Amino acid sequence: MSETTVVAAQAVARKRGSGRQTVRFVLGRIGGLLATLFVASLVVFGALYAAPGNPLSFLTQGRSMTPEAIAVLEAQYHLDDPVWLQYLRWLGGALTGDFGTSIIYNQPVSQVLAARAPASALLIMMAAIIVLLAGLAVGAYAGLKPGLLSRSMMAGATAVMAVPTFVAAVVLILVFAVQLGWFPVFGAGTPGLDAVHHTTLPAIALALASVAFVGRLSQAAIRQELSADHVQTAISRGLPRRFIVQRHVIRNAAMPVLTVAGLTIAGLIAASVVIEQVFQLGGLGQLLVSSVQQKDFPVVQAICLVYVAAFIVLNTVIDLAYALLDPRIGLGRRTS
Amino acid sequence: MTAVADNVEVEARIIARTARRLRHAGSLGVSGWIALGAFAAVVLIAAIGPLLVTTDPNAVSLSEAFQGPSAVHPLGTDASGRDLLARLVFGGRTALIGPFLVVLCSTILGTALALTAVWFGGWFDQMVVRVIDAIFAFPGLLLAILATALFGAGLPAAIAALSIAYLPYIARIVRSAALRERNLPYVAALRVQGVHGAWISLRHILPNIAGLIVANATLAFGFALMDLAGLSFIGLGVQPPTADWGAMVGTGMGGILQGHPAEALYASALIVITVAAVNVIGDRLNERSEVRA
Repeated sequence: MSETTVVAAQAVARKRGSGRQTVRFVLGRIGGLLATLFVASLVVFGALYAAPGNPLSFLTQGRSMTPEAIAVLEAQYHLDDPVWLQYLRWLGGALTGDFGTSIIYNQPVSQVLAARAPASALLIMMAAIIVLLAGLAVGAYAGLKPGLLSRSMMAGATAVMAVPTFVAAVVLILVFAVQLGWFPVFGAGTPGLDAVHHTTLPAIALALASVAFVGRLSQAAIRQELSADHVQTAISRGLPRRFIVQRHVIRNAAMPVLTVAGLTIAGLIAASVVIEQVFQLGGLGQLLVSSVQQKDFPVVQAICLVYVAAFIVLNTVIDLAYALLDPRIGLGRRTS
Repeated sequence: MTAVADNVEVEARIIARTARRLRHAGSLGVSGWIALGAFAAVVLIAAIGPLLVTTDPNAVSLSEAFQGPSAVHPLGTDASGRDLLARLVFGGRTALIGPFLVVLCSTILGTALALTAVWFGGWFDQMVVRVIDAIFAFPGLLLAILATALFGAGLPAAIAALSIAYLPYIARIVRSAALRERNLPYVAALRVQGVHGAWISLRHILPNIAGLIVANATLAFGFALMDLAGLSFIGLGVQPPTADWGAMVGTGMGGILQGHPAEALYASALIVITVAAVNVIGDRLNERSEVRA
């Protein structure tokens, strides 16, 4: 082994750190995750006190409620306790799946949520699959085969990124549901293939701008890798292009692109609220909007908490996977 | 001797090349100018249009529902027989003022926070970074929906919530740029002369990173417009009968199912044109500030 390789190996070892350093890194990230979740729960709980008027009048919203119902509400939020105790009880309940009772549905919030969650999960998962497949395919094609078609694909992607999800939804409904009649306009359908059929247009509408974004991103990453010195060397050595692309270009471009694609998919969670409303999918997002309109605050709190938690956890998992799997990332310092 | 001359020549060439690059980067490019023209046109329509259009955007006439273009209604009417042209023109005001306020508030607050954090450094800077990260974990749209749940549906709550949600986006970029500036010799020179930190931050660091701030504020405008239009679309933003592009796409849904897509399509087109123009301008400005940095 020459001296330079030894030095290089030492440098890599320093950068990667020992197993203990990896553990410390992962624990640090999980600590950050818990801290962020704590702050998010404070915001969602504290919202009750940020509202105009006192918490009880905000929860009842001038609805004529029986004294028993008001007593139930007071007991549920422990409004007689000090605020910090109220928070701890609320958080403890939320952690064990007890979000209180819905004011409108008069059922446990967790039951109301559980009935709606599958529709939302299906929508977000289908959109995620579309983002990954279509985005990476577009990016790989445009990156590997430069030309007029690729250039116009990238220009089209720039335009599509300016299309809000609800505009995409309206146009898709107009063309594929109203004029061509291929897909239903509203509703979630019955579980199974029918649900997938009903969720196809919503998922495309939700995914469209992200497909364009991931497409542009992966195209840029592939072009950058293609012009890298080691790839140029491999080309000049006459190695088969297929081999170079698979071995050097895709492998190097994949990790950063997949990471940003993952973060983009996490961003779809919030955007799905609007799409569910357009297509009346009856998921958590549509429930959130109707609960805001009907002033069913326990449900609003629960859905906000669930969505923010899902967003934060997904972000952290993707971040961790990237840092641990990509050997080019140093674990010692924060990468932000 | 010749080596020195060579060096001077090489340096002169580098300087000339950098100058050329800067001159080239100073222009927005063809796409940038087209985008700027489109955005200016949209702003003009929203600013001056309501003065020229004499039709009341909220005048309901049920007997004139879903009319095609005519002399009285140049773009036709909506489901309630209201004039589409008037509603699009007046709706432009609400559609543009909302994101403008969001960007103004979040940029001023974010920049002030980042500059203070960078100047004081230490635990204060760390605390600001933590706060920024925490806000970043809250999707803007969810925060806005939560705010409308508390303070009632409408633009004020949504604008306030989005101003907070967009703050970290600007603050992060300003912080890293200001951190770079703070370590440059000119800042040290000013400190040695006893210039006050606030003065250095405002008078020297801020102008040097202004291009970057404007570029990212421009990009944020596009996102804020889409978020606010989306809120109005689902009925939590601008309330009827006030005209707004996002809300018009929402009410236009009914027309689409009945075979009259005009309202939804016109409003959608205006949203997309505005956002696309702003995105292109923001991208160009960003490239420009990167080359100059």
